[in-house]
Amino acid sequence: MAEQKEKPRKVAAMGMVPYEMALGPTWTRFFEGFKEKKILGTKCNKCGRVLVPARPFCSRCFEPMEEWVEVAQEGTIVTWSYVNYTYFGVTPDMIPLIGATIKLDGVDCGTGMWTQIGGFDIKDFELVTKKVKVGARVRAVWRRKRQGNFRDIDYWKIIE
Amino acid sequence: MGRAVAVIGTGQTKHGRRDDLSYPDLVREAVKKVFEDAGITPRDVDGVVYGSMPSMMEGVAYNHFYFADALRVVGKPLLRTETCGSTGQSVAHTAIHWVASGMADVILAIASEKENEGDAQATMMTILEPFLQVVIGGAPIAFSLQSREWMGYYHIDDAKAREAASIVSVDSHDGGLANPLAHIRVKLSKEDITNAPIITYPVRFYDVCPISDGACAVIFASEEKAKKICKKPAWVKGIGFRGEEYFIGDSSKAVWQSTIEASKEAYKEAGITNPLKELDVAEVYNPFSYQELMFLECLGLCPPGEAPDYVIKGTFSPGGELPCDPSGGVLCTNPIGAAGLIRVAEAALQVTGKAGEHQVEGAKLALSHAMGGAMQFNGVTILGSEL
Amino acid sequence: MAEKYKVDKDLVRMEIVDFTFPEKEYRTSRHDTVLPYNWALGPTWTRFFDGLKEGKILGTRCKKCNKVLVPARTFCPICYEDMQEWIELPQEGSIETWCLVNYKYYGQVKEPPYIIAQIHLDKADCSLTHFIGGFNLSDPDKVRGKMKTVSRVKAVWSKEKHGDIYDIAHFKPV
Repeated sequence: MAEQKEKPRKVAAMGMVPYEMALGPTWTRFFEGFKEKKILGTKCNKCGRVLVPARPFCSRCFEPMEEWVEVAQEGTIVTWSYVNYTYFGVTPDMIPLIGATIKLDGVDCGTGMWTQIGGFDIKDFELVTKKVKVGARVRAVWRRKRQGNFRDIDYWKIIE
Repeated sequence: MGRAVAVIGTGQTKHGRRDDLSYPDLVREAVKKVFEDAGITPRDVDGVVYGSMPSMMEGVAYNHFYFADALRVVGKPLLRTETCGSTGQSVAHTAIHWVASGMADVILAIASEKENEGDAQATMMTILEPFLQVVIGGAPIAFSLQSREWMGYYHIDDAKAREAASIVSVDSHDGGLANPLAHIRVKLSKEDITNAPIITYPVRFYDVCPISDGACAVIFASEEKAKKICKKPAWVKGIGFRGEEYFIGDSSKAVWQSTIEASKEAYKEAGITNPLKELDVAEVYNPFSYQELMFLECLGLCPPGEAPDYVIKGTFSPGGELPCDPSGGVLCTNPIGAAGLIRVAEAALQVTGKAGEHQVEGAKLALSHAMGGAMQFNGVTILGSEL
Repeated sequence: MAEKYKVDKDLVRMEIVDFTFPEKEYRTSRHDTVLPYNWALGPTWTRFFDGLKEGKILGTRCKKCNKVLVPARTFCPICYEDMQEWIELPQEGSIETWCLVNYKYYGQVKEPPYIIAQIHLDKADCSLTHFIGGFNLSDPDKVRGKMKTVSRVKAVWSKEKHGDIYDIAHFKPV
């Protein structure tokens, strides 16, 4: 009979599952807007809030949000963070980056996590702490070639 | 809240890197201990509640099936609940609701994580839909963003927040040293923390929880059963749980309503009007030291925007007015799914005087807490030594 | 594994290269999940797989209820006792149930058609999940006819063994 010969082993494996998610009418239109350099939100006819990204329904009133609004491409930093570490799927050439939540003018929520600050040497951390502040003003900088996804806005530039 | 409910036993594994055991064996380690502690057999249990992070974390979809044997659930009803970081609180609340409703008398609650079997941050990225809330960084960036938002909202000076976060980290690591089951057991100085590399600014290496393997089991019982079975039960005095919108930018994370409302509900149920004064110990969920500062405020333990002052003057340190995380907290032990239930178990140990070297002398009323989701959920459970 | 998926660094996205979805008329976002795992086998399953590598099927016996379970277990699922007595099982047994798999999906462990079955090894107190093979499976009607006559099966070992469950290639009719 096989005796226990070695320390308990580990087995390496890779979990791979393909997904294809429907964007639905609201988010399809939102990203179509990106192609035309427009940031689109929707307005709730009950509470009056304008939300970006556009929503099919109001998260608080549960009302459909059918009124489309093109919003400002400038706003204020609500919070930011500097990411400088890797994990599976993130290689050293993908960092550092500055993730930020931005409150766009006339919008009633923050952008969440898809917005990044850039436009200067962000590898220089001293410079980052000098330029990037809660409350600083920023403006969207679009890519020349846009494909209708969140990377169409290349980065948000600090307005000095 | 229905019938009275008590904790009649707890069991935790040795937390850490547990390559020595398969995942079901690890779960069993906690389950064996909880039955020994409670002095009952699975025959006495009416049902089982289990939770972990998304099972994708360890690569087995629906790991509660995989653990059926280890959970001793064969021939019994099983419920699963998962709310990310707050899973452990959700598991406890599910068990408490089950007993309080009168539908069961004794419920076994178990939560676990074996984080070293997968890549925690890569899995964390699968929690969000991939086209609207995308950013590199996993959990550290989400909670760094939250900390920075809190600092910005109250105009808290970077240096002061840094000082307070370092104290939180030093205190937690001292707790870890006193807790034989804790994963990280090192003595740290404030300098060790401020000189550590940046992970996601302002968060540095020792401001971040480890990647842990571990499991926790707690048995909840009705008043009648608890009095019959257990010499010194820990009574559930109050619970609260709140959720928020999916989109992270939709609500303030500096003044975190779900923490505020969840704790208010728990205090109301427990008849607590001045939590700082009335509580003897708090097991606050602190995967990031900066985040604990914000929690201290949102849990109503100090005025908004003043957590750094209170921390710096020692209010939440060992020997202070309300010692926080004497077990070492999540900063020293973070098997994510289990972390919220470990808070409940630690609160139970404290109010029953069974916490050993990290016992807070004479603790009678303890708060336990966890947060989860994509910065969406908060759960609070308050335990006391008296019914 | 590296060739089976690619990373879109710009969109922070993985794509499995050997899989395509059918065309859709509405807008979608492809986002595959690729995650690495490193499962701890623990002492019991490490020894079980070591046994397979040596061409042995090992089970463990519960000292309380006396049941022999295969694959070997750390503990008895009913008695919860440690199962420390190791038993080498006969490599023959009977079929409890079987199913012919005759369709393809992504990530399938074996090229169809194949038969998956519950096999009750002699002297074991439970059945083991594995393949039935060693004869032509291409015609489902013929397979049904053949399987009506099969009751006993025997393990066929893979030429190359890696210390995993596929060290047994399949079970063939005796």
